[in-house]
Amino acid sequence: MAYSDKVIDHYNNPRNVGSMDKASSDVGTGLVGAPECGDVMKLQIKVNPETNVIEDAKFKTFGCGSAIASSSLATEWVKGKTIDEALSIKNTEIVKELALPPVKIHCSVLAEDAIRAAIGDWKKKQEATRPAEMQIQ
Amino acid sequence: MSSHGTTATLSGHDHGQHTAPEGVKLPIYMDNHATTPMDPRVLEEMLPYFVEKFGNAASRNHPFGWVAEEAVELSRERIAKLIGATAKEIIFTSGATESDNLAIKGVAEMYREKGNHIITAVTEHKAVLDTCKHLEKYGFRVTYLPVQKDGLVDLDDLKRAMDDKTILVTIMAANNEIGVIQPVAEIGKLCRERGVIFHTDAVQAIGKVPIDVNKMNIDVASITAHKIYGPKGAGALYVRRKNPRVQLVSQIDGGGHERGMRSGTLNVPGIVGLGKACAIAQEEMAQEACKLAGLRDRLKDSIMSRLDEVYINGSVEHRLPGNLNISFAYVEGESLLMGINDIAVSSGSACTSATLEPSYVLKALGTGDDLAHSSIRFGIGRFNTQAEVDYVADRVVDTVQRLRELSPLYEMAKEGVDLKSVKWAAEAH
Repeated sequence: MAYSDKVIDHYNNPRNVGSMDKASSDVGTGLVGAPECGDVMKLQIKVNPETNVIEDAKFKTFGCGSAIASSSLATEWVKGKTIDEALSIKNTEIVKELALPPVKIHCSVLAEDAIRAAIGDWKKKQEATRPAEMQIQ
Repeated sequence: MSSHGTTATLSGHDHGQHTAPEGVKLPIYMDNHATTPMDPRVLEEMLPYFVEKFGNAASRNHPFGWVAEEAVELSRERIAKLIGATAKEIIFTSGATESDNLAIKGVAEMYREKGNHIITAVTEHKAVLDTCKHLEKYGFRVTYLPVQKDGLVDLDDLKRAMDDKTILVTIMAANNEIGVIQPVAEIGKLCRERGVIFHTDAVQAIGKVPIDVNKMNIDVASITAHKIYGPKGAGALYVRRKNPRVQLVSQIDGGGHERGMRSGTLNVPGIVGLGKACAIAQEEMAQEACKLAGLRDRLKDSIMSRLDEVYINGSVEHRLPGNLNISFAYVEGESLLMGINDIAVSSGSACTSATLEPSYVLKALGTGDDLAHSSIRFGIGRFNTQAEVDYVADRVVDTVQRLRELSPLYEMAKEGVDLKSVKWAAEAH
Protein backbone atom coordinates (compact mmCIF):
# COMPACT_ATOMS: atom_id res chain seq x y z
CA MET A 1 0.00 0.00 0.00
CA ALA A 2 1.49 3.31 -1.03
CA TYR A 3 0.26 6.28 0.97
CA SER A 4 -0.25 9.78 -0.36
CA ASP A 5 2.13 12.45 0.92
CA LYS A 6 -0.72 14.09 2.81
CA VAL A 7 -1.57 10.88 4.68
CA ILE A 8 2.08 10.42 5.56
CA ASP A 9 2.32 14.03 6.73
CA HIS A 10 -0.73 13.70 9.02
CA TYR A 11 0.57 10.34 10.30
CA ASN A 12 4.01 11.74 11.09
CA ASN A 13 2.74 15.09 12.42
CA PRO A 14 -0.82 14.57 13.58
CA ARG A 15 -2.62 17.85 14.32
CA ASN A 16 -4.56 18.45 17.51
CA VAL A 17 -3.83 15.20 19.31
CA GLY A 18 -5.19 15.10 22.83
CA SER A 19 -8.22 15.09 25.04
CA MET A 20 -10.52 17.64 26.57
CA ASP A 21 -12.70 17.29 29.65
CA LYS A 22 -15.65 15.35 28.34
CA ALA A 23 -17.76 16.42 31.35
CA SER A 24 -17.43 20.11 30.45
CA SER A 25 -20.68 21.63 29.13
CA ASP A 26 -19.03 23.33 26.16
CA VAL A 27 -17.21 20.17 25.02
CA GLY A 28 -18.78 17.64 22.67
CA THR A 29 -17.27 14.15 22.40
CA GLY A 30 -17.74 11.70 19.55
CA LEU A 31 -16.49 8.14 19.92
CA VAL A 32 -17.07 6.03 16.81
CA GLY A 33 -15.90 2.71 15.40
CA ALA A 34 -15.07 -0.49 17.29
CA PRO A 35 -11.80 -2.16 18.32
CA GLU A 36 -12.76 -5.43 16.63
CA CYS A 37 -13.23 -3.57 13.35
CA GLY A 38 -9.77 -2.08 13.66
CA ASP A 39 -10.80 1.59 13.88
CA VAL A 40 -11.85 3.73 16.84
CA MET A 41 -11.90 7.53 16.62
CA LYS A 42 -12.47 9.95 19.46
CA LEU A 43 -13.08 13.50 18.30
CA GLN A 44 -13.79 16.34 20.70
CA ILE A 45 -14.88 19.91 20.01
CA LYS A 46 -15.02 22.95 22.26
CA VAL A 47 -17.82 25.28 21.20
CA ASN A 48 -18.42 28.93 22.06
CA PRO A 49 -22.04 28.92 23.28
CA GLU A 50 -22.59 32.54 22.15
CA THR A 51 -21.43 32.15 18.57
CA ASN A 52 -21.71 28.38 18.03
CA VAL A 53 -18.16 28.49 16.67
CA ILE A 54 -15.88 25.51 17.28
CA GLU A 55 -12.92 27.09 19.02
CA ASP A 56 -10.85 23.98 19.59
CA ALA A 57 -10.80 20.35 18.48
CA LYS A 58 -8.81 17.32 19.63
CA PHE A 59 -8.63 13.72 18.52
CA LYS A 60 -7.24 10.33 19.35
CA THR A 61 -7.46 7.44 16.89
CA PHE A 62 -6.81 3.71 16.97
CA GLY A 63 -6.59 2.68 13.34
CA CYS A 64 -4.51 2.59 10.20
CA GLY A 65 -2.55 5.55 8.87
CA SER A 66 -5.51 6.66 6.74
CA ALA A 67 -7.80 6.64 9.78
CA ILE A 68 -5.31 8.72 11.75
CA ALA A 69 -4.94 11.15 8.85
CA SER A 70 -8.73 11.42 8.31
CA SER A 71 -9.38 12.32 11.93
CA SER A 72 -6.39 14.65 12.12
CA LEU A 73 -7.67 16.47 9.04
CA ALA A 74 -11.20 16.57 10.49
CA THR A 75 -9.97 18.44 13.58
CA GLU A 76 -8.19 20.96 11.36
CA TRP A 77 -11.28 21.53 9.27
CA VAL A 78 -13.82 21.90 12.07
CA LYS A 79 -11.76 24.45 13.99
CA GLY A 80 -13.10 27.98 13.44
CA LYS A 81 -16.27 26.68 11.78
CA THR A 82 -19.76 27.07 13.20
CA ILE A 83 -21.64 23.92 14.17
CA ASP A 84 -23.73 24.12 10.98
CA GLU A 85 -20.67 24.61 8.78
CA ALA A 86 -18.94 21.65 10.45
CA LEU A 87 -21.99 19.48 9.85
CA SER A 88 -21.71 20.14 6.13
CA ILE A 89 -18.24 18.51 5.90
CA LYS A 90 -18.57 15.44 3.69
CA ASN A 91 -16.44 12.32 3.78
CA THR A 92 -15.87 12.67 0.03
CA GLU A 93 -14.00 15.93 0.67
CA ILE A 94 -11.69 14.07 3.06
CA VAL A 95 -11.18 11.33 0.46
CA LYS A 96 -10.24 13.95 -2.10
CA GLU A 97 -7.94 15.95 0.16
CA LEU A 98 -6.00 12.88 1.35
CA ALA A 99 -6.19 10.98 -1.97
CA LEU A 100 -7.54 7.91 -0.15
CA PRO A 101 -7.80 4.72 -2.21
CA PRO A 102 -11.19 2.90 -2.36
CA VAL A 103 -10.29 0.45 0.44
CA LYS A 104 -9.72 3.38 2.78
CA ILE A 105 -12.97 5.27 2.13
CA HIS A 106 -14.44 3.84 5.34
CA CYS A 107 -11.80 5.84 7.26
CA SER A 108 -13.26 9.08 5.88
CA VAL A 109 -16.80 7.90 6.63
CA LEU A 110 -15.74 7.27 10.20
CA ALA A 111 -14.22 10.77 10.46
CA GLU A 112 -17.49 12.31 9.24
CA ASP A 113 -19.36 10.17 11.77
CA ALA A 114 -17.00 11.38 14.49
CA ILE A 115 -17.71 15.04 13.68
CA ARG A 116 -21.46 14.39 13.75
CA ALA A 117 -21.22 12.41 16.97
CA ALA A 118 -19.21 15.17 18.69
CA ILE A 119 -21.69 17.84 17.57
CA GLY A 120 -24.61 15.63 18.60
CA ASP A 121 -23.10 15.20 22.06
CA TRP A 122 -22.57 18.96 22.41
CA LYS A 123 -26.14 19.71 21.29
CA LYS A 124 -27.53 17.24 23.79
CA LYS A 125 -25.61 18.99 26.57
CA GLN A 126 -26.93 22.39 25.48
CA GLU A 127 -30.52 21.16 25.50
CA ALA A 128 -30.05 19.67 28.94
CA THR A 129 -28.57 22.84 30.42
CA ARG A 130 -30.70 25.47 28.70
CA PRO A 131 -33.88 26.76 30.30
CA ALA A 132 -36.95 25.00 28.96
CA GLU A 133 -38.42 28.03 27.17
CA MET A 134 -35.31 28.42 25.02
CA GLN A 135 -35.85 25.00 23.53
CA ILE A 136 -39.20 26.07 22.11
CA GLN A 137 -38.69 27.86 18.88
CA MET B 1 0.17 -2.41 -4.65
CA SER B 2 0.70 1.18 -5.64
CA SER B 3 -2.47 3.19 -5.92
CA HIS B 4 -0.99 6.60 -6.61
CA GLY B 5 1.26 5.88 -9.52
CA THR B 6 4.36 5.68 -7.39
CA THR B 7 7.01 3.10 -8.16
CA ALA B 8 8.20 0.97 -5.29
CA THR B 9 11.93 0.83 -4.85
CA LEU B 10 14.06 -0.42 -2.03
CA SER B 11 16.38 2.53 -1.87
CA GLY B 12 14.25 5.47 -2.97
CA HIS B 13 11.89 5.49 -0.01
CA ASP B 14 11.66 8.32 2.43
CA HIS B 15 12.69 6.85 5.73
CA GLY B 16 11.99 9.99 7.65
CA GLN B 17 14.58 11.20 10.07
CA HIS B 18 15.77 7.75 11.07
CA THR B 19 19.38 7.01 10.50
CA ALA B 20 20.73 3.52 10.55
CA PRO B 21 23.24 2.61 13.21
CA GLU B 22 26.71 1.46 12.21
CA GLY B 23 26.61 -1.72 10.19
CA VAL B 24 22.85 -1.64 9.53
CA LYS B 25 21.54 -1.07 6.03
CA LEU B 26 17.98 0.19 5.59
CA PRO B 27 15.42 -1.05 4.84
CA ILE B 28 15.79 -4.17 6.97
CA TYR B 29 14.17 -7.36 5.71
CA MET B 30 12.58 -9.30 8.57
CA ASP B 31 9.73 -11.06 6.76
CA ASN B 32 11.42 -14.40 6.10
CA HIS B 33 8.17 -16.40 6.32
CA ALA B 34 6.93 -14.60 3.22
CA THR B 35 10.09 -15.36 1.30
CA THR B 36 13.80 -15.48 1.91
CA PRO B 37 16.58 -13.75 0.04
CA MET B 38 18.53 -16.21 -2.06
CA ASP B 39 21.77 -17.43 -0.59
CA PRO B 40 24.61 -16.35 -2.94
CA ARG B 41 25.94 -19.93 -2.79
CA VAL B 42 22.63 -21.10 -4.26
CA LEU B 43 22.75 -18.57 -7.05
CA GLU B 44 26.32 -19.51 -7.88
CA GLU B 45 25.35 -23.14 -8.31
CA MET B 46 22.35 -22.24 -10.47
CA LEU B 47 24.06 -19.84 -12.87
CA PRO B 48 25.64 -22.35 -15.27
CA TYR B 49 22.21 -23.93 -15.88
CA PHE B 50 20.78 -20.90 -17.68
CA VAL B 51 23.13 -20.31 -20.59
CA GLU B 52 25.89 -22.86 -20.66
CA LYS B 53 24.10 -26.00 -19.41
CA PHE B 54 20.64 -25.22 -20.74
CA GLY B 55 19.63 -28.73 -21.77
CA ASN B 56 16.26 -30.37 -21.25
CA ALA B 57 16.59 -33.01 -18.57
CA ALA B 58 14.23 -35.22 -20.61
CA SER B 59 16.56 -35.23 -23.65
CA ARG B 60 17.96 -38.76 -23.42
CA ASN B 61 20.16 -38.87 -26.50
CA HIS B 62 22.71 -36.09 -26.20
CA PRO B 63 25.08 -34.66 -23.60
CA PHE B 64 23.08 -31.42 -23.15
CA GLY B 65 20.23 -33.48 -21.76
CA TRP B 66 22.52 -35.77 -19.74
CA VAL B 67 24.19 -32.80 -18.00
CA ALA B 68 20.81 -31.37 -17.05
CA GLU B 69 19.52 -34.74 -15.90
CA GLU B 70 22.60 -35.31 -13.77
CA ALA B 71 22.07 -31.97 -12.02
CA VAL B 72 18.41 -32.77 -11.42
CA GLU B 73 19.25 -36.17 -9.94
CA LEU B 74 21.85 -34.64 -7.61
CA SER B 75 19.16 -32.22 -6.37
CA ARG B 76 16.72 -35.06 -5.86
CA GLU B 77 19.28 -36.81 -3.67
CA ARG B 78 20.05 -33.67 -1.68
CA ILE B 79 16.37 -32.96 -0.97
CA ALA B 80 15.70 -36.60 -0.07
CA LYS B 81 18.67 -36.66 2.29
CA LEU B 82 17.43 -33.61 4.22
CA ILE B 83 14.14 -35.35 5.06
CA GLY B 84 15.34 -38.95 5.33
CA ALA B 85 13.73 -40.05 2.06
CA THR B 86 15.08 -41.68 -1.09
CA ALA B 87 15.68 -39.77 -4.31
CA LYS B 88 12.95 -41.62 -6.19
CA GLU B 89 10.39 -40.29 -3.73
CA ILE B 90 10.92 -36.65 -4.77
CA ILE B 91 8.65 -35.12 -7.45
CA PHE B 92 9.48 -31.64 -8.72
CA THR B 93 6.77 -28.97 -8.91
CA SER B 94 6.51 -25.22 -9.34
CA GLY B 95 6.25 -24.56 -5.62
CA ALA B 96 4.27 -25.10 -2.46
CA THR B 97 0.81 -24.27 -3.78
CA GLU B 98 1.16 -26.77 -6.59
CA SER B 99 2.62 -29.36 -4.23
CA ASP B 100 -0.31 -28.98 -1.83
CA ASN B 101 -2.81 -29.21 -4.69
CA LEU B 102 -1.14 -32.29 -6.16
CA ALA B 103 -0.91 -33.98 -2.77
CA ILE B 104 -4.48 -33.40 -1.67
CA LYS B 105 -6.33 -33.68 -4.98
CA GLY B 106 -4.02 -36.45 -6.13
CA VAL B 107 -4.67 -38.59 -3.04
CA ALA B 108 -8.38 -37.76 -2.96
CA GLU B 109 -8.90 -38.87 -6.54
CA MET B 110 -6.73 -41.98 -6.23
CA TYR B 111 -8.39 -43.28 -3.07
CA ARG B 112 -11.96 -42.17 -3.84
CA GLU B 113 -13.20 -45.75 -3.78
CA LYS B 114 -11.81 -46.28 -0.30
CA GLY B 115 -13.42 -43.22 1.26
CA ASN B 116 -14.30 -39.58 0.86
CA HIS B 117 -13.28 -38.06 4.18
CA ILE B 118 -10.36 -35.65 4.63
CA ILE B 119 -9.15 -34.09 7.87
CA THR B 120 -7.27 -30.82 8.05
CA ALA B 121 -6.97 -27.91 10.52
CA VAL B 122 -8.36 -24.38 10.48
CA THR B 123 -4.93 -22.76 10.66
CA GLU B 124 -3.63 -24.36 7.46
CA HIS B 125 -2.34 -22.27 4.58
CA LYS B 126 -4.93 -21.27 1.98
CA ALA B 127 -3.26 -23.59 -0.52
CA VAL B 128 -4.53 -26.46 1.65
CA LEU B 129 -7.82 -24.96 2.85
CA ASP B 130 -8.98 -23.82 -0.57
CA THR B 131 -7.99 -27.14 -2.11
CA CYS B 132 -10.08 -28.94 0.50
CA LYS B 133 -12.99 -26.58 -0.14
CA HIS B 134 -12.69 -27.35 -3.83
CA LEU B 135 -12.97 -31.08 -3.10
CA GLU B 136 -16.08 -30.51 -0.99
CA LYS B 137 -17.83 -29.47 -4.19
CA TYR B 138 -17.06 -32.91 -5.62
CA GLY B 139 -18.54 -35.00 -2.84
CA PHE B 140 -15.67 -35.08 -0.37
CA ARG B 141 -16.35 -34.48 3.30
CA VAL B 142 -13.76 -32.34 5.08
CA THR B 143 -13.26 -31.94 8.82
CA TYR B 144 -11.51 -28.70 9.76
CA LEU B 145 -10.02 -29.36 13.19
CA PRO B 146 -9.93 -26.42 15.61
CA VAL B 147 -6.65 -25.62 17.33
CA GLN B 148 -5.94 -25.00 20.98
CA LYS B 149 -5.04 -21.60 22.40
CA ASP B 150 -1.36 -22.26 21.68
CA GLY B 151 -2.09 -23.11 18.05
CA LEU B 152 -1.56 -26.87 18.39
CA VAL B 153 -4.01 -29.46 17.12
CA ASP B 154 -5.50 -31.61 19.88
CA LEU B 155 -4.61 -35.24 19.10
CA ASP B 156 -7.82 -36.44 20.75
CA ASP B 157 -9.80 -34.22 18.38
CA LEU B 158 -7.94 -35.83 15.50
CA LYS B 159 -8.64 -39.34 16.79
CA ARG B 160 -12.32 -38.57 17.21
CA ALA B 161 -12.55 -37.06 13.73
CA MET B 162 -11.16 -40.18 12.04
CA ASP B 163 -13.71 -42.67 10.71
CA ASP B 164 -13.72 -45.60 8.30
CA LYS B 165 -14.14 -43.23 5.36
CA THR B 166 -11.07 -41.13 6.24
CA ILE B 167 -8.46 -41.37 3.49
CA LEU B 168 -6.25 -38.36 4.17
CA VAL B 169 -5.04 -36.20 7.02
CA THR B 170 -3.32 -32.99 5.90
CA ILE B 171 -1.77 -30.94 8.70
CA MET B 172 1.09 -28.52 8.30
CA ALA B 173 4.41 -29.01 10.04
CA ALA B 174 4.91 -25.34 10.98
CA ASN B 175 2.56 -22.41 10.59
CA ASN B 176 3.48 -19.52 8.33
CA GLU B 177 2.00 -16.82 10.59
CA ILE B 178 2.69 -17.93 14.14
CA GLY B 179 5.51 -20.41 13.51
CA VAL B 180 3.83 -23.01 15.70
CA ILE B 181 5.13 -26.54 15.09
CA GLN B 182 2.47 -29.26 15.11
CA PRO B 183 3.08 -32.66 16.74
CA VAL B 184 3.88 -34.15 13.34
CA ALA B 185 5.32 -37.45 14.65
CA GLU B 186 2.26 -38.11 16.83
CA ILE B 187 -0.10 -37.27 13.98
CA GLY B 188 1.91 -39.54 11.67
CA LYS B 189 1.71 -42.39 14.16
CA LEU B 190 -2.07 -42.07 14.49
CA CYS B 191 -2.48 -42.04 10.73
CA ARG B 192 -0.21 -45.04 10.22
CA GLU B 193 -2.09 -47.07 12.86
CA ARG B 194 -5.35 -46.43 11.02
CA GLY B 195 -4.03 -46.79 7.49
CA VAL B 196 -4.76 -43.16 6.64
CA ILE B 197 -2.41 -41.22 4.36
CA PHE B 198 -0.66 -38.31 6.09
CA HIS B 199 0.31 -35.24 4.08
CA THR B 200 2.13 -32.34 5.67
CA ASP B 201 2.72 -28.90 4.20
CA ALA B 202 6.29 -28.67 5.45
CA VAL B 203 7.41 -25.56 3.58
CA GLN B 204 8.04 -23.48 6.70
CA ALA B 205 9.59 -26.32 8.69
CA ILE B 206 11.99 -27.98 6.27
CA GLY B 207 15.51 -26.70 6.66
CA LYS B 208 14.54 -24.95 9.89
CA VAL B 209 13.76 -27.89 12.19
CA PRO B 210 14.52 -31.60 11.69
CA ILE B 211 11.96 -33.44 9.55
CA ASP B 212 12.33 -37.18 9.00
CA VAL B 213 9.62 -38.76 6.90
CA ASN B 214 10.24 -42.24 8.31
CA LYS B 215 10.54 -41.39 11.98
CA MET B 216 7.49 -39.15 11.65
CA ASN B 217 5.44 -41.50 9.44
CA ILE B 218 4.91 -38.79 6.85
CA ASP B 219 3.53 -40.12 3.55
CA VAL B 220 3.44 -36.96 1.45
CA ALA B 221 5.22 -33.64 2.14
CA SER B 222 5.23 -30.26 0.36
CA ILE B 223 8.53 -28.44 -0.05
CA THR B 224 9.45 -25.10 -1.63
CA ALA B 225 12.79 -23.48 -2.40
CA HIS B 226 12.11 -19.79 -1.75
CA LYS B 227 11.49 -20.27 1.98
CA ILE B 228 14.93 -21.80 2.41
CA TYR B 229 17.09 -19.23 0.59
CA GLY B 230 16.47 -20.79 -2.81
CA PRO B 231 14.73 -19.41 -5.91
CA LYS B 232 11.00 -18.79 -6.38
CA GLY B 233 9.07 -21.10 -8.67
CA ALA B 234 10.81 -24.31 -7.59
CA GLY B 235 9.17 -26.82 -5.28
CA ALA B 236 8.90 -30.51 -4.62
CA LEU B 237 6.58 -33.13 -3.26
CA TYR B 238 7.78 -36.09 -1.28
CA VAL B 239 5.65 -39.14 -2.12
CA ARG B 240 6.28 -42.34 -0.12
CA ARG B 241 7.19 -45.33 -2.28
CA LYS B 242 6.99 -48.14 0.23
CA ASN B 243 5.45 -49.08 3.59
CA PRO B 244 2.97 -48.01 2.29
CA ARG B 245 3.31 -47.09 -1.36
CA VAL B 246 1.33 -43.89 -1.98
CA GLN B 247 -0.11 -43.21 -5.40
CA LEU B 248 -1.38 -39.92 -6.76
CA VAL B 249 -3.59 -38.99 -9.69
CA SER B 250 -1.64 -36.42 -11.67
CA GLN B 251 -3.09 -32.92 -11.88
CA ILE B 252 -0.98 -31.79 -14.83
CA ASP B 253 -0.86 -34.22 -17.75
CA GLY B 254 1.54 -34.23 -20.65
CA GLY B 255 4.87 -35.82 -21.38
CA GLY B 256 4.81 -38.16 -18.41
CA HIS B 257 7.65 -36.50 -16.54
CA GLU B 258 8.23 -37.24 -12.86
CA ARG B 259 6.98 -40.80 -13.12
CA GLY B 260 3.75 -39.56 -14.65
CA MET B 261 2.78 -37.65 -11.54
CA ARG B 262 3.72 -34.21 -12.84
CA SER B 263 4.28 -33.54 -16.50
CA GLY B 264 6.16 -30.52 -17.77
CA THR B 265 9.75 -29.75 -18.67
CA LEU B 266 11.79 -29.54 -15.51
CA ASN B 267 12.91 -26.12 -14.27
CA VAL B 268 16.54 -27.21 -14.14
CA PRO B 269 18.13 -24.04 -12.69
CA GLY B 270 15.37 -23.80 -10.08
CA ILE B 271 15.75 -27.45 -9.17
CA VAL B 272 19.52 -27.03 -8.88
CA GLY B 273 18.84 -24.09 -6.55
CA LEU B 274 16.39 -26.09 -4.44
CA GLY B 275 18.90 -28.92 -4.13
CA LYS B 276 21.72 -26.60 -3.12
CA ALA B 277 19.45 -24.83 -0.60
CA CYS B 278 18.67 -28.21 0.97
CA ALA B 279 22.35 -29.18 1.05
CA ILE B 280 23.23 -25.95 2.86
CA ALA B 281 20.34 -26.45 5.30
CA GLN B 282 21.53 -29.99 5.99
CA GLU B 283 24.96 -28.67 6.93
CA GLU B 284 23.98 -25.56 8.82
CA MET B 285 20.50 -26.11 10.25
CA ALA B 286 21.45 -26.96 13.82
CA GLN B 287 23.80 -24.01 14.21
CA GLU B 288 21.48 -21.64 12.38
CA ALA B 289 18.45 -22.62 14.47
CA CYS B 290 20.43 -21.81 17.59
CA LYS B 291 21.47 -18.40 16.23
CA LEU B 292 17.94 -17.52 15.05
CA ALA B 293 16.34 -18.53 18.34
CA GLY B 294 18.89 -16.37 20.14
CA LEU B 295 18.09 -13.34 17.95
CA ARG B 296 14.36 -13.99 18.24
CA ASP B 297 14.53 -14.13 22.04
CA ARG B 298 16.65 -11.00 22.10
CA LEU B 299 13.99 -9.18 20.04
CA LYS B 300 11.19 -10.52 22.23
CA ASP B 301 12.92 -9.62 25.50
CA SER B 302 13.95 -6.19 24.28
CA ILE B 303 10.37 -5.35 23.25
CA MET B 304 8.57 -6.97 26.17
CA SER B 305 10.81 -5.49 28.84
CA ARG B 306 9.94 -1.98 27.64
CA LEU B 307 6.24 -2.25 26.74
CA ASP B 308 3.24 -3.45 28.73
CA GLU B 309 0.28 -5.33 27.27
CA VAL B 310 2.22 -7.10 24.57
CA TYR B 311 1.06 -10.65 23.84
CA ILE B 312 2.81 -13.51 22.05
CA ASN B 313 0.49 -15.34 19.66
CA GLY B 314 0.86 -19.13 19.73
CA SER B 315 3.06 -21.54 21.63
CA VAL B 316 6.45 -20.22 22.66
CA GLU B 317 7.82 -23.73 23.15
CA HIS B 318 6.68 -25.40 19.91
CA ARG B 319 7.80 -22.72 17.52
CA LEU B 320 10.13 -22.08 14.61
CA PRO B 321 13.36 -20.51 15.84
CA GLY B 322 13.07 -17.34 13.70
CA ASN B 323 9.39 -16.59 14.34
CA LEU B 324 7.93 -13.99 16.64
CA ASN B 325 4.26 -13.05 16.32
CA ILE B 326 3.07 -10.50 18.84
CA SER B 327 0.09 -8.26 19.42
CA PHE B 328 0.55 -4.74 20.74
CA ALA B 329 -2.72 -3.94 22.49
CA TYR B 330 -4.39 -0.59 21.60
CA VAL B 331 -2.27 -0.12 18.47
CA GLU B 332 -3.52 -1.02 15.00
CA GLY B 333 -1.10 -3.16 13.01
CA GLU B 334 -1.06 -1.25 9.75
CA SER B 335 -0.38 2.06 11.48
CA LEU B 336 2.48 0.36 13.30
CA LEU B 337 3.88 -0.93 9.99
CA MET B 338 3.65 2.62 8.64
CA GLY B 339 5.65 3.89 11.58
CA ILE B 340 8.41 1.33 11.04
CA ASN B 341 8.49 1.73 7.28
CA ASP B 342 12.22 1.07 7.12
CA ILE B 343 11.58 -2.47 8.39
CA ALA B 344 9.85 -5.17 6.34
CA VAL B 345 7.51 -7.26 8.52
CA SER B 346 3.87 -8.41 8.24
CA SER B 347 0.69 -7.74 10.17
CA GLY B 348 -2.44 -9.80 10.84
CA SER B 349 -4.43 -6.59 10.67
CA ALA B 350 -7.39 -6.55 8.32
CA CYS B 351 -6.09 -3.38 6.74
CA THR B 352 -3.14 -5.29 5.35
CA SER B 353 -5.19 -8.09 3.83
CA ALA B 354 -7.16 -8.11 0.61
CA THR B 355 -10.30 -9.32 2.38
CA LEU B 356 -10.41 -6.67 5.14
CA GLU B 357 -10.68 -9.53 7.64
CA PRO B 358 -8.09 -9.93 10.36
CA SER B 359 -5.90 -13.05 10.37
CA TYR B 360 -7.99 -16.25 10.44
CA VAL B 361 -5.04 -18.00 12.09
CA LEU B 362 -5.03 -15.64 15.06
CA LYS B 363 -8.83 -15.84 15.30
CA ALA B 364 -8.54 -19.62 15.47
CA LEU B 365 -6.32 -19.29 18.55
CA GLY B 366 -9.12 -17.39 20.24
CA THR B 367 -7.25 -14.09 19.90
CA GLY B 368 -9.88 -11.37 19.86
CA ASP B 369 -10.31 -9.39 16.65
CA ASP B 370 -8.93 -6.32 18.43
CA LEU B 371 -5.66 -8.08 19.19
CA ALA B 372 -5.54 -9.72 15.76
CA HIS B 373 -5.64 -6.22 14.27
CA SER B 374 -2.69 -5.34 16.50
CA SER B 375 -0.41 -8.22 15.52
CA ILE B 376 2.98 -8.12 13.87
CA ARG B 377 4.88 -11.10 12.49
CA PHE B 378 8.65 -10.91 12.65
CA GLY B 379 10.46 -13.52 10.57
CA ILE B 380 14.15 -13.57 11.39
CA GLY B 381 16.34 -15.27 8.83
CA ARG B 382 19.84 -16.36 7.93
CA PHE B 383 21.08 -12.90 7.01
CA ASN B 384 19.69 -10.88 9.91
CA THR B 385 22.18 -9.55 12.45
CA GLN B 386 22.09 -8.64 16.11
CA ALA B 387 22.51 -4.96 15.22
CA GLU B 388 19.41 -5.20 13.03
CA VAL B 389 17.43 -6.89 15.77
CA ASP B 390 18.39 -4.15 18.24
CA TYR B 391 17.43 -1.43 15.76
CA VAL B 392 14.08 -3.13 15.04
CA ALA B 393 13.30 -3.45 18.74
CA ASP B 394 14.04 0.24 19.35
CA ARG B 395 11.94 1.39 16.41
CA VAL B 396 9.02 -0.86 17.38
CA VAL B 397 9.06 0.31 21.00
CA ASP B 398 9.23 4.01 19.98
CA THR B 399 6.44 3.66 17.45
CA VAL B 400 4.14 1.68 19.74
CA GLN B 401 4.62 4.29 22.46
CA ARG B 402 3.86 7.11 20.03
CA LEU B 403 0.76 5.38 18.67
CA ARG B 404 -0.50 4.55 22.14
CA GLU B 405 -0.35 8.26 22.98
CA LEU B 406 -2.60 8.66 19.95
CA SER B 407 -4.90 5.78 20.87
CA PRO B 408 -8.26 6.46 22.52
CA LEU B 409 -8.32 2.81 23.59
CA TYR B 410 -5.05 3.11 25.49
CA GLU B 411 -6.36 6.24 27.19
CA MET B 412 -9.61 4.51 28.15
CA ALA B 413 -7.77 1.45 29.44
CA LYS B 414 -5.50 3.66 31.55
CA GLU B 415 -8.60 5.38 32.95
CA GLY B 416 -9.83 1.97 34.04
CA VAL B 417 -12.56 1.58 31.41
CA ASP B 418 -13.28 -2.05 30.56
CA LEU B 419 -13.16 -1.92 26.77
CA LYS B 420 -15.18 -5.13 26.51
CA SER B 421 -18.09 -3.46 28.33
CA VAL B 422 -18.22 -0.42 26.04
CA LYS B 423 -21.11 -0.39 23.59
CA TRP B 424 -19.30 0.49 20.37
CA ALA B 425 -21.06 2.25 17.56
CA ALA B 426 -21.55 -0.19 14.72
CA GLU B 427 -20.90 2.24 11.86
CA ALA B 428 -17.40 0.96 11.16
CA HIS B 429 -17.25 -1.06 7.93
